Amino acid sequence: MNAVLKAKQEAAATRLDGADVPSGAGWSQAAREDALSRVRNMGLPSRRDEYWKYTRPDTLTSAEAGEAAVFETGEEPVFGSFDRLKIVFVDGVFSAEKSDDLALEGIEISRLAEAGDISWASELYGTLEANGQTPVERPLAALNTALATDGVLIRVLNTPSKPVSLIYHHENTRSDAVLHHVVKVEAGASFTLLENGPAAARFNKVLEADIADKAAFHHVRAQGRDHERRAVTHMFARLGTESTFKSFTLTVNGVLTRNECIIELTGDDAFAHVAGAALGDGDFLHDDTVFVTHDAVNCESRQVFKKVLRNGATGVFQGKILVKPGAQKTDGYQKSQSLLLDGDSQFLAKPELEIYADDVACSHGSTSGAIDEDALFYLQARGIPKDIATDFMTLAFLAEAVEEIEDEALAAEINGRLEGWLTRRRG
Amino acid sequence: MLEIKGLKVKLEEEDKQILKGVDLRVEAGKVHAIMGPNGSGKSTLSYVLSGKSGYEVTDGSATLEGEDLLDMEPEERAAAGLFLAFQYPVEIPGVGNMTFLRTAVNSQRKARGEEEMSATDFLKEIRAKAKDLKIDAEMLKRPVNVGFSGGEKKRNEVLQMAMLEPKMCILDETDSGLDVDAMKLVAEGVNALRSEGRGFLVITHYQRLLDHIKPDVVHIMANGRIVKTGGPELALEVENNGYADILAEVA
Ligand SMILES: Nc1ncnc2c1ncn2[C@@H]1O[C@H](COP(=O)(O)OP(=O)(O)OP(=O)(O)O)[C@@H](O)[C@H]1O
Ligand SMILES: [Mg+2]
Repeated sequence: MNAVLKAKQEAAATRLDGADVPSGAGWSQAAREDALSRVRNMGLPSRRDEYWKYTRPDTLTSAEAGEAAVFETGEEPVFGSFDRLKIVFVDGVFSAEKSDDLALEGIEISRLAEAGDISWASELYGTLEANGQTPVERPLAALNTALATDGVLIRVLNTPSKPVSLIYHHENTRSDAVLHHVVKVEAGASFTLLENGPAAARFNKVLEADIADKAAFHHVRAQGRDHERRAVTHMFARLGTESTFKSFTLTVNGVLTRNECIIELTGDDAFAHVAGAALGDGDFLHDDTVFVTHDAVNCESRQVFKKVLRNGATGVFQGKILVKPGAQKTDGYQKSQSLLLDGDSQFLAKPELEIYADDVACSHGSTSGAIDEDALFYLQARGIPKDIATDFMTLAFLAEAVEEIEDEALAAEINGRLEGWLTRRRG
Repeated sequence: MLEIKGLKVKLEEEDKQILKGVDLRVEAGKVHAIMGPNGSGKSTLSYVLSGKSGYEVTDGSATLEGEDLLDMEPEERAAAGLFLAFQYPVEIPGVGNMTFLRTAVNSQRKARGEEEMSATDFLKEIRAKAKDLKIDAEMLKRPVNVGFSGGEKKRNEVLQMAMLEPKMCILDETDSGLDVDAMKLVAEGVNALRSEGRGFLVITHYQRLLDHIKPDVVHIMANGRIVKTGGPELALEVENNGYADILAEVA
């Protein structure tokens, strides 16, 4: 056994020794034990891993979470004005008091910690995560499956009247939250999931989403604006025939955020779009790691990631489209771009295509650049002050990602947050 | 209105002198034209006046109604009443034409301490002015200049000028790329703005525009200087004989 793997396994053993590994967790016990042994075998990510070349995993794998100040804004939280079913977690623990009744027509919601033997969930919990471990290992997701004590299980039988909104609160400066959510959208149903709020000092979250034939899953997430957060999130999605998956994430601030999205198109004519807009100022690293597998005919996938970086912020994008043999008529698109507002910031990108079918249209492009000086001058020459002109250009840059949000009101809500962030930084 | 004295300009990045002492004075209510060979510095003059970066003024001055232009940011010059219709209008994907122009109008008003224009008034006005210039309402909804034809871009410049109502208008080859009918529309647009209190500096290569916009004064620029100044007949001379005679005469 090589020395690197040994060190990683030792790190895993140490981490698990110090952790509360749930035992006797009923229906999820088998999945947890499986995940536990996988973590022990894989070890925890290390700086030497190709997959962690741009982002240091140490603070995500260490035994204890670092300290992170609680960030209060006094402002109306994101999605505050939307009619939705609210499910609140405080430092990674479900709060019945702050949440709505977990009842909404068309769907079944239960808390992971209290769920009885739910057969649909026991088939899913840890399953998509385990599938997503090849060809690239994602030990922090397996660790999550093993350790998570809270989260929600949502089964969508019929399209509900409003979105479900997961709201995170951070109160304890040393909290180390591990949440695992499972969503199953049954055939023909449509569902919107919202997520927002600072979750904890350190946050490890997994979302597994199984989208059945002709079903649709819309996901809009706003991470931030807690400055000292460290977070690693994984979203595993499996798509059935003619299904739709659309996920958008807004990420602002945070010292370290790694968002992985692993999508598998398993039914023909399915459609998966994943997009992100990230705003980083100062000591900020934001990493989008995406892996889309086409394993069916005539599917479309689209990745649109935009990052605005200033003041020494770092953006990372690792994105891959894998087209399996037989996945003909695949339409795969991948775009990652950064706008560097000064010379101190950097963007590191690794776009990849791996194609084993011949009738395929895939494209990818990654760019990094400053504000277009000619356009800026044109706006100024018409009387628009430089800072406002710069914000115009910045919003224009981000627009392609935000436009991936299908619901116009939600898109407008996100745009408002982007504008707010920019306005607060006007010198 | 606009007064330029001994203006010398070099490129910031390299040791290349482009304007070598320009003297020019445009009075309120007058239309001045500048003609001159390619590369003589006409666009550079318009850029330096409007504040584009990349140029260094090494000597001389430029004032608008007595105010030092060279000391202001580009947006301050615009608010002070200077307008440049670009030789090459810039495409700005993602920024809507309407939002752009309304922000421009209101930024200028705000800078001057005037009341902002309401959304309804703005809409009414832009619709009327776009109609005069035969600019399709659909086009206004598009991002700034994106997908516009060459001629449409030029008409859009004139529309912006009409909305912003500047005191001093510089038009850099607004006629090039226009078909005969569009040229007339643009000239009408300009003529509609001619007034006592407004000055124009029209940069052009062709007499045809000047048939429609009758200039009071014509200047010839060559090699970074105004080498000859005269009446409208000077433009006809250029049209008929080119620059050779004029350049030989001043050499
Ligand atoms: N940023 C720049 N970098 C290099 N050269 C420049 C730059 N700006 C202007 N020049 C040079 O300065 C000279 C004057 O250019 P300018 O565009 O002002 O000419 P012009 O009179 O407008 O010409 P035209 O009639 O072709 O539009 C040219 O030789 C041009 O190449
Ligand atoms: Mg020119």
